[in-house]
Amino acid sequence: MIELVDATVGSGDFALSGLNFRVAAGEYAVVMGKTGVGKTTVIESICGLRRLKKGRVIIQEQDVTAWNAADRNVGYVPQDLALFPTMSVSAHLEFAMRLRRFKRSVIHSQVQRFSKILQIEKLLDRNVSGLSGGEAQRVALGRALTAGPSVLLLDEPLSALDADTRQVAQSMLRDINRQTGVTVLHVTHNESEALALADRHIYIDSQDGKANLSIRADLQTS
Amino acid sequence: MDNGKSKSTRPLRRSQFRQLRDVVFFLTMGGLSASFILLIVLLLVADALFTSPSEFVAALQKPEIQAAFKLTLVTCTLAALLSLWVATPLGYVLSRFKFPGRSVIDTIVDIPVVLPPLVLGLSLLILFHQPFPFSELLVGDSGWELDSWFREQLGFPVTYSWRAVVLSQFAVACAFAVRTMRVTFDQIDGRPEDIARTLGASRGQAFFKVTLPQAWRGMLAAGTIAWARALGEFGPILVFAGSTRFKTEVLSTTVFLELSVGKLDAAVAVSLLMVAMAIAVLMLLRWLGAGLTS
Repeated sequence: MIELVDATVGSGDFALSGLNFRVAAGEYAVVMGKTGVGKTTVIESICGLRRLKKGRVIIQEQDVTAWNAADRNVGYVPQDLALFPTMSVSAHLEFAMRLRRFKRSVIHSQVQRFSKILQIEKLLDRNVSGLSGGEAQRVALGRALTAGPSVLLLDEPLSALDADTRQVAQSMLRDINRQTGVTVLHVTHNESEALALADRHIYIDSQDGKANLSIRADLQTS
Repeated sequence: MDNGKSKSTRPLRRSQFRQLRDVVFFLTMGGLSASFILLIVLLLVADALFTSPSEFVAALQKPEIQAAFKLTLVTCTLAALLSLWVATPLGYVLSRFKFPGRSVIDTIVDIPVVLPPLVLGLSLLILFHQPFPFSELLVGDSGWELDSWFREQLGFPVTYSWRAVVLSQFAVACAFAVRTMRVTFDQIDGRPEDIARTLGASRGQAFFKVTLPQAWRGMLAAGTIAWARALGEFGPILVFAGSTRFKTEVLSTTVFLELSVGKLDAAVAVSLLMVAMAIAVLMLLRWLGAGLTS
């Protein structure tokens, strides 16, 4: 689960205060809002790349506000994907597990499992520099997922994809959420994407730096 | 009718005039550029014509010049490695982080570039032989000197030894290496490093596993620039290390020594050798640069 409690996020002169929301364990939440409202800043504050100016971040019932990004056990897929240019696809999938000293057999089985789910088995030996947009996006997803994060943070991961690839990627994200039970917080601008994926819909608006949230839950079951 | 004809030829004339102006423009640009290129080529040709191949080979077979050549290779390589060792972290810090005093550090890094070489050598000499202020309070000896400490505690002197040659070369070469490494890290996206941290990497692990492997061409370029700068260093070496045959003599000081005793042919032979080394290094640098931009 993910919870923000009376949080103020910010970067430089920008600040967004009064953020309160909770995403239950295993839930798929979609965050929407106008450009520049601070969605990416919210997601980067949850994964620990930015310090909160005020308030608390709670992940899996633990207050992680003061924790380093490395210790929060989150998987983060940024909008620009930010793949590692010198590494192969398999090195990407192994990266987080090697850092956390997983057993070699576990690393192997996780790479096999996720490369199958993400349909990138044939790309494992390739360097990421020649991948298409859709392939790169799946590699970034695999890199975020293999070490078994408790939450998955996605910042417009499908924005660069064409309509057909986007449809496939949407159903893949939903499958991953159901199969692994990972809690997902997904930022998007796309209404249909939000409708197709979200259990919980969080719309962020702001007035004078104060967040105005409208939250709708149980969308997939209603 | 005539009026119409002259009207129709006007754009053609205007076009021909424009072409003529373009030719004048290219001739001016080309002429000014060629004057500098010609100067450099003439310098090299003059050097080459001054000596014959047999004289060139004979000069390079002198034991003192061979010793200077070997010492040059060793000291330049050591200075380049030391520069890279320091320039990589310093270039990274200056590129990635904003902190109070960053512009001061930036300025300090450039000081060896703008300082007259003799002043740099003199400053090194003073640093190693000036009794340290407050040394009586700190070590109980009012005359504590850095060079004496090296000689007595570590068993070797620095001043007027090959170590002084390396230090003199390093002091200038490192400044150039820092600039190159900073540009290298400026060109490497910092986002993958951030993402590595969300995957469990410490800042150090993110640097060594994600960023440094991308910087290898920049590191090679920085090392090559540092090596080339060390090769051309003369002033600080003369003041801080001296130019003793078979001890602290490097190729740049060989030219000076041979000139000072009137052996112009030997000085030119060594100069040509240094030109060949510089061309090799610059070609390597150009190849690396092409790789960086491709």
